[in-house]
Amino acid sequence: MKPEYKIISDLIEKDAKVLDVGCDDGTLMEFLKTNKNANIRGIEISKEKVQICIAKGLTVIEGNAEFDLKQFPNDSFEYVVLGQTLQAFINPETVIRELLRVGNKAIVTIPNFGHWKVRLNLLFKGTMPITNSLPHDWYNTPNIHMCTIKDFVRFSKIINFKIFKSLALINQNVSDINKSNLIFKNLFGELGIFLIEK
Amino acid sequence: MNIKQNIKTLIVEKPLKLDCGQTINNFPLAYETYGSLNNEKDNAILVFHALTGDQFVTGINPVTKKDGWWSYAVGSGKSIDTDKYFVICANVIGGCMGSFGPSHENPKTKKIYGTDFPVITINDMVNAQINLLDFFGIKKLFSVVGGSMGGMQVLQFISNYPDKAKTAIPIACTSSHSAQNIAFNELGRQAITADHNWSDGDYNSKNIVPDKGLAVARMAAHITYLSKKGLQEKFGRKLQERDDLKFGFDADFQIESYLRYQGSVFVDRFDANSYLYITRAMDYFDLVKQFNGNLSDAFKNTKAKFFIISFTSDWLYPTQENKDIVIALNAIGANVGFVEIESDKGHDSFLLNVPDFLKALKNFLDKSYVEKNL
Repeated sequence: MKPEYKIISDLIEKDAKVLDVGCDDGTLMEFLKTNKNANIRGIEISKEKVQICIAKGLTVIEGNAEFDLKQFPNDSFEYVVLGQTLQAFINPETVIRELLRVGNKAIVTIPNFGHWKVRLNLLFKGTMPITNSLPHDWYNTPNIHMCTIKDFVRFSKIINFKIFKSLALINQNVSDINKSNLIFKNLFGELGIFLIEK
Repeated sequence: MNIKQNIKTLIVEKPLKLDCGQTINNFPLAYETYGSLNNEKDNAILVFHALTGDQFVTGINPVTKKDGWWSYAVGSGKSIDTDKYFVICANVIGGCMGSFGPSHENPKTKKIYGTDFPVITINDMVNAQINLLDFFGIKKLFSVVGGSMGGMQVLQFISNYPDKAKTAIPIACTSSHSAQNIAFNELGRQAITADHNWSDGDYNSKNIVPDKGLAVARMAAHITYLSKKGLQEKFGRKLQERDDLKFGFDADFQIESYLRYQGSVFVDRFDANSYLYITRAMDYFDLVKQFNGNLSDAFKNTKAKFFIISFTSDWLYPTQENKDIVIALNAIGANVGFVEIESDKGHDSFLLNVPDFLKALKNFLDKSYVEKNL
């Protein structure tokens, strides 16, 4: 289980109706079902992963978040979770807008491209960074829109959504991100976790 | 063939008002069951058959002596596990395996109905089959399942009886028969009615059968059940028991021989008028129109958990048409799962050994069955 799942779960109230976008093998869905008694649905692009979810008894539809979120009416869910996939979409702005249309709130996690290892990697090796959370080469990565924690905070102002809570994951420890420590968190945070609202 | 023996029949006494306006009563509904109903009577699955199917879902069909049409999916330890579930399947009305159909005698005229039989709809089929629940004393089915026309019946069933099934699995189907679907069905009907033996539907009294027309109808339809890739891989341009082309019109190619065979075996087991009636029922199926253009309304009263399955190479009931059902369900926040199964076997995939499909079906049913006991 990914370390941020516990953090995501803590952001969600009991019995909430939740949509996990890009739900993978349903690990987070199961966790939220067990721990928060969440009424949870998933959407996943990979057929194999959908099969795994079905085998776990989870309600998942095969689909692409970029095109298939539009079938859900406004405010269908209390929370919509998008875990580490924002950077893989052709149009992240549309996806964020869709998340906030379909859900009252959204929880978005991003692998931080501003992490010091990434920066050093590029600085000293002169090649596109490859790290634990970003294991692909530039030519085969699904991640076409990498951003940093700072970028995401700026993004919220540009396309106008509210960040309710922002957290950084550093060595499995979670901490708040605020104005005064943003530069620091952007350097050391492996993952940014944001609770956002329209 | 001797149809009467080996066929279980429920005589439905309750009047059934058909969509065409006529009312029928005391009509036979032929059915078969597999597995056993538990004490709580909550393990029953109603399976709906497709156009040319019948109630003999699995095991050896006692009439045709061939494997049941869904033997891959239904049976001991299979996706629809008869060790666990009580499986019921009825021959649709309009059919020719014992249920009230055009080959039955009209009590008023003492003649075979033929085309005097009332036109049947998917709605009528479902309304006839609901009587099976009372007959078995089942308050709520664990599931309703079916592919193709069977899937249409699943959708209609849930729409008509929203609280009569816990789960619903429409497979490779549509909520509204497309122009292409209607076109292919019309081709089949024209083949039958163009056969001189059809005699305006009165072939029974003359002891003849429009077998040529029915065979052509089956051949044309059979092509639509397969995919181009599947056909190419299985047959390609392979020749049939010959080394070279014969410059004539015999079956030079294996695919020709295969289709001719499919046509010839079909006429032995299926009634031409039933083929007309059932294809008509499919063509008339338009759940979207029934709910004034809003498919979601068809399902707004149900709490059933849906699982919709389509196949990549199915061009007769393509994924998008199945997805339209998913979209309509999501629009009302219904509990719906969906997967498109990778398969080269075309529309027929749901009847064949497609492991990913069989696995998904089994997992969904078994997990839902565990959940119901929580």
